[in-house]
Amino acid sequence: MDITFLLNGESVELRDVSPTATLLDWLREERGLTGTKEGCNEGDCGACTVMVTDARGARALNACILFLPQLDGCAVRTVEGISAPDGSLHPVQQAMIDHHGSQCGFCTPGFVVSMAVAHLNGDQNHDDALAGNLCRCTGYAPIIRAAEAATDQPAPDWLKGTPPASLVQKYLSGGLGGRQPPSLSAPETLDELAAAYAARPDATLIAGATDVGLWVTKSLRDLDDVIFLNRCTELQQIEETDDHLRIGAGVTMDRVLKAVKDLHPSYAEMIRRYGSTQVRAAATIGGNIANGSPIGDNPPALIALGATLHLRAGDHRRDMPLDEFFIDYGKQDRAKGEFVEAVTIPRLAPGLKVYKLSKRFDQDISAVCGAFNITVSDGTVTDARIAFGGMAGTPKRAKAVEAALTGKPWSEATIRAAMARMAEDFTPLSDMRASAEYRLRTAENMLLRYWHEDQGIASNVLEVSA
Amino acid sequence: MTVAKPLPHDAAHLHVTGQARYVDDIPTPKGTLHLAFGLSSIAAGRITAINLDAVRAAPGVVGVWEAKDLPSDCDCSPSAHDEPMLSGATIHYLGQPIFLVAATSHLAARKAARLGQISYAERDAILTIDEALAADSRFEDGPRIWEKGDAGEAIDTAPRQISGVIEMGGQEHFYLEGQSAMALPQEGGDMVVHASTQHPTEIQHKVAHALHLPMHAVRVETRRMGGGFGGKESQGNALAIACAVVASATGRPAKMRYDRDDDFMITGKRHDFRIAYRVGFDDQGVISGVEFEQYTRCGWAQDLSLPVADRAMLHADNAYHLTHVRIESHRLKTNTQSATAFRGFGGPQGMLGIERVMDHIAHDLGLDPVAVRRANYYAAEVEGGQPPAPSAPPRSLSGKMKEQDIASRGSEELAENTGAAAAVAEQTTPYGQVVEDFILHDMTDRLLDGADYEARRAAVAKWNAGNAVIKKGLAFSPVKFGISFTLTHLNQAGALVHVYQDGSIHMNHGGTEMGQGLFQKVAQVAADRFGVPLEMVKITATDTGKVPNTSATAASSGSDLNGMAVKAACDTIRDRMANHLASLHQCDARDVVFADGQVRVQGESYSFAKVAQMTYEARVSLSATGFYRTPKLSWDRIKGQGRPFFYFAYGAALSEVAVDTLTGEYRILRSDILHDAGSSLNPALDIGQVEGGFVQGAGWLTTEELVWDPSGRLRTHAPSTYKIPACSDRPDVFNVALWDGRNREDTIYRSKAVGEPPFMLGMSVFLALSDAVASCGDGYPALDAPATPERVLTAIERVRDGV
Repeated sequence: MDITFLLNGESVELRDVSPTATLLDWLREERGLTGTKEGCNEGDCGACTVMVTDARGARALNACILFLPQLDGCAVRTVEGISAPDGSLHPVQQAMIDHHGSQCGFCTPGFVVSMAVAHLNGDQNHDDALAGNLCRCTGYAPIIRAAEAATDQPAPDWLKGTPPASLVQKYLSGGLGGRQPPSLSAPETLDELAAAYAARPDATLIAGATDVGLWVTKSLRDLDDVIFLNRCTELQQIEETDDHLRIGAGVTMDRVLKAVKDLHPSYAEMIRRYGSTQVRAAATIGGNIANGSPIGDNPPALIALGATLHLRAGDHRRDMPLDEFFIDYGKQDRAKGEFVEAVTIPRLAPGLKVYKLSKRFDQDISAVCGAFNITVSDGTVTDARIAFGGMAGTPKRAKAVEAALTGKPWSEATIRAAMARMAEDFTPLSDMRASAEYRLRTAENMLLRYWHEDQGIASNVLEVSA
Repeated sequence: MTVAKPLPHDAAHLHVTGQARYVDDIPTPKGTLHLAFGLSSIAAGRITAINLDAVRAAPGVVGVWEAKDLPSDCDCSPSAHDEPMLSGATIHYLGQPIFLVAATSHLAARKAARLGQISYAERDAILTIDEALAADSRFEDGPRIWEKGDAGEAIDTAPRQISGVIEMGGQEHFYLEGQSAMALPQEGGDMVVHASTQHPTEIQHKVAHALHLPMHAVRVETRRMGGGFGGKESQGNALAIACAVVASATGRPAKMRYDRDDDFMITGKRHDFRIAYRVGFDDQGVISGVEFEQYTRCGWAQDLSLPVADRAMLHADNAYHLTHVRIESHRLKTNTQSATAFRGFGGPQGMLGIERVMDHIAHDLGLDPVAVRRANYYAAEVEGGQPPAPSAPPRSLSGKMKEQDIASRGSEELAENTGAAAAVAEQTTPYGQVVEDFILHDMTDRLLDGADYEARRAAVAKWNAGNAVIKKGLAFSPVKFGISFTLTHLNQAGALVHVYQDGSIHMNHGGTEMGQGLFQKVAQVAADRFGVPLEMVKITATDTGKVPNTSATAASSGSDLNGMAVKAACDTIRDRMANHLASLHQCDARDVVFADGQVRVQGESYSFAKVAQMTYEARVSLSATGFYRTPKLSWDRIKGQGRPFFYFAYGAALSEVAVDTLTGEYRILRSDILHDAGSSLNPALDIGQVEGGFVQGAGWLTTEELVWDPSGRLRTHAPSTYKIPACSDRPDVFNVALWDGRNREDTIYRSKAVGEPPFMLGMSVFLALSDAVASCGDGYPALDAPATPERVLTAIERVRDGV
């Protein structure tokens, strides 16, 4: 593939790049830009964080699982481009020095880039902005002090105006060096995508690559045929109606979070802990559904919301309730050449609560993710949609529990009776994240938590202070 | 005066701009080969057939080596010569390197390394403590036992007795920079090695051994590491040897770095421990006797396990004066990664044993755990305590010594210190060292007053009475940590200092920089000795060609040892300069003053540069080595008697947590820390060590869980499954202060070592979790570590059942 992007302000044109060449390897091995570090090669440590700017603005992304074609038409800044061309330091760099924010220094470039992106975007929730950057030396306190100290200083001129308008124009007008017609490997419309995937149903669809990236960096797979979705803007739309949100499969999780923040705050809070800032800026809701993982965090919430999934193959479209999509472990109701186009959720679900349980609060895969959408009218449960991740081979509804609640008086006795039914719905596994017993016990207890919260009993450990 | 200033890390500017170079960032010469190991997929057994044709045929592969193809056994062990770089027929753990691939790129080497076809005859692996005990699979003949008084009698006759067991997991270092090394072949078969290592001399020794070269033919350079934490004391040997073997065989530079998953699967981690205890005490909680049985999984090779297990025994007392004590230590050999050095080096594990005992006693008596701890503290600083008897002269070296890496903590003792009889003093540790510098009484008072302990204790009780779901816990823990290598001869260091004719100073020493700020601290010492600004001092990479026979930068000893060695070298040169000026001015050299970049004598003032030039022109050497050996040490590890430590470093922490009793999830709400760094060389860097050590220690005891499956495969082998603390896991409120005392021993500017001791302050978090759990019922939590949400919930249910 041929691609064009800006690197630290200078245009780069690459011909015949391997579709699975990562930005990190290219920076370090081809460009000699070794400031960007490899810490884990799976998007979990943030040492490779780079700033990527496109029409949406600046995002922090993990370069280790970012394929070069995903950058086509974007502007990339590495740590080497965070300071001014004359060597002047960015305010976050100076603050990191002044506040002793680096010790061994290996994670520091990634922190600096994440901090610079947050600084540019006016994001002052430093714990969230830096949840995807691991440091083993400092205990984070001095890094946060540095981030706070830099907050009030203006973003430096050299980082402003980086949205690559000029580059995008050149790109659209045929590229800097005479661009090829839009490639079949990077369709720009849904129709192009549908046609390409129908013609090559064995191709791997790549949106954010937060999962597929690991097939390459960890499983060392060669992906013979790929279709990149990043140019397909029609897949990235959120459509709002009076009653529903239709979220395109290519919408990244940071945008989903914003879209549901006011409508479904509990779901939004779960998304805040879903991956890291870097992961949420790359991962798409469609990818999280389509990969069929039993521990993906969106499906339980979406199933509890009664989401409708929109699938498309060629010109044929079909819809289904999301829970019916997940047939068995590793098996979804998706035909060859068929792809997830969008998912629709209701705007109204005041009874929705989503609970994510993991060893570590931030950026950890759930042991159990439970979503509860319970409607109570006049003291009686009129509807209960409850779904879990991590409890079975697929994201799955707790139908026995639902049945035990529906039509019953809204009381602790009802809750406790329903908890006892959980074992009918699930026979979870033991693994390195949790034992089967713990999974079952906490799934039951999440229902109790739901009750406590409804009754106004303090039950959120994140809301307690010393 | 540059010493005691809170200056930034010397490389901070390089760090934040991405210019700081680590091994993998060094531009590689054309033709550089990249290496990867092919790993065992079973934990124990024999290789019956090995077919590497597909490996050899893979794209980019230049060479493949099995054990039989190597120039020697390429032993990687820092101790018992029991770690061949590649396994021969026998497989000792799942993840053991079996063959080595050299290819034209890192990715090509990794891909090829997965193509080996190996058949095995498996045997039952010994994975757990119980399996090892059943098979009597251990290092050393039997358990190591140290005793003081008669613990059994004292326990049995005490008013009260309790017993219990605590299990504590290991810990992956998770240095952000994985293991890496590069070898550059030189003329005449010599080798230059860049390694991410805490122990360049050992790399030099092991590479020389592998290639049948004298040590003078191998030069090792280490500018910095991206974190070490003990994980780069011995675990980098294999990569450096592999690079040197390939560079020697091909004549091409060779570089190797482990992918993160390989790093987890191949390298050693902190030792996990089981500690069983039995204790007798009175109604105030004063211990009359205590027995510990310490069991640890050492993994497949000896590595540094013996001194680690020794240090666990040496910290079984922590801050408490135990008059009757028995410590039994089992060093078990298992088919797992060979456990290795990790910040604290066994100390944290031993210490957690006695802290569990304190917690358990307080619960049993219904007393405030702080009161129980205070009641058992050593007495406050004793002036003129009786020192241990002097040691006997060293015995001659045994023949066996020659095969050992004598610069390693894993080697045997060179001298038998027969004179180290128990000191006849009131207050000694279980191993007979007089405790004469105990400052925790005052530190505890100041910490608890400042943190408003009593009021918060009451507030926590009130919260717990009024909240059914979220429970709070509050706990205090002290640290007394022994400073010195317990292998006495390692307590030495060298330095090399040059002053150039323009007055600029080149400084080199045997310590390595892994982020702790050692280089800056030592540069501050050098600048202070010459009275020049810090910019005059150039910090240079650790280099075995400049300072030989160095000890690992470990045991928190870096600035103590190297600071003193650099001071000695600087003072030698400064004295020569002073003598020259004194002779010119016909005065006493003591009247020459070095300060503020000037040298003043008899009312005249010269720039330091001018004096350097004058001294040079007078044909006086401006280069000197410096050397330091720690005084007063004398230790017999077999008897468990003597003075292994020059002094103790102290610290105290108070942590408050909140626990969700429905899931076991928890948060650290607040931590207050007071830590003793003596008269700090650099308070900013020292506070950095305290904050970072605390969070790392809390991580060890909370979310960092290593899980092996029944086949011996480590299932948590990347940050996706192994959870070190993230940004939001630090305490919401985090107050850290340094104690303002000075070291009563004559250390560099009366400072104290600070690398390891704060790690153990993280125990306050674990104990606070136990406190919160205890509020759920009548039973004792008996919480195991790491206290994952699952273990916390299990403990809550146990407490509710009143067990």
